[in-house]
Amino acid sequence: MSEEKRVGIVLVSHSAQVAASVAELAKGLAGGAAAVPVAPAGGTEGGGLGTSAELISAAAASVDRGAGVAVLTDLGSAVLTVKALLAEGDELPDGTRLVDAPFLEGAVAAVVTAATGAGLDAVEAAAAESYGYRKV
Amino acid sequence: MLDANFFRRWMAATTASVDREAERLTELDSPIGDADHGTNLQRGFTAVMAALEKDAPDTPGAVLVLAGRQLISTVGGASGPLYGTLLRRTGKALGEAAEVGEEQLAAALRDGVEAVKKLGGAEAGDKTMVDALEPAVDALGDGFAAARAAAERGAGATTPLQARKGRASYLGERSIGHQDPGATSSALLIAGLEAAAEG
Repeated sequence: MSEEKRVGIVLVSHSAQVAASVAELAKGLAGGAAAVPVAPAGGTEGGGLGTSAELISAAAASVDRGAGVAVLTDLGSAVLTVKALLAEGDELPDGTRLVDAPFLEGAVAAVVTAATGAGLDAVEAAAAESYGYRKV
Repeated sequence: MLDANFFRRWMAATTASVDREAERLTELDSPIGDADHGTNLQRGFTAVMAALEKDAPDTPGAVLVLAGRQLISTVGGASGPLYGTLLRRTGKALGEAAEVGEEQLAAALRDGVEAVKKLGGAEAGDKTMVDALEPAVDALGDGFAAARAAAERGAGATTPLQARKGRASYLGERSIGHQDPGATSSALLIAGLEAAAEG
């Protein structure tokens, strides 16, 4: 798959720092993932803790290369806002999907998988699978 | 029959009561939430009123769809997508009619409440806005005053409940004894219908 058709990844957290740091960590751990478009959408537009629909829409548009966009979220309003935006129909690029995955582990799995040129289904499956890695 | 002006008055009355009660909503949200419910809703409804003034939608459905969209965009907390979905779904259920009857509004609001339950995964008794909205919709057949009273009773009845959804659910039994802020603001929204009917 050509570079411009890679799956885009959006990381939605209540905190701008958390979203940006998880994006940085996932790209770092994914090694050659520089070609994967990853955008953080953290906090409110005013820089506070919370969720911004505008930031999410902008982040999704910025990573859309036509191969779909996987959105990972942390909790509460992040989840609900993405679901509400998807229900709106025209707020997010075609092929945008809310992925049910742990935020950090799922982000790493998603970026690594997207870097291989895999499609949206494979990226989603890899992210969701990270629920299965027990730590104890 | 209820026209677009009725629905604008509904939003205006809700905005006024959210402004008036913002501090109380935030106080209710501080022991069991993240202490921003009042300010979040204030920001959201201020945006609703600005958008209604700018775009002047001319059907009941269009007023609610626009209002819901603003709430999803601007609130910043979980109440944004929840109230946004409530109003949008209700507005869509009303369609493009220039005027709607009270029965039609009751049926549309029921669709809206169902959408909220689905989005948040909450049922009655989970100590959420559903505890005020659902009894209100059930009572709407008896008029706006009955719906307001039912919503207020529902909000009050959340106090002894243990939260099972949202931030408050992490507190387990410690959520007991606090009235749910979302149910409280839902009662304000329903009270806005009665105020709108009075003109």
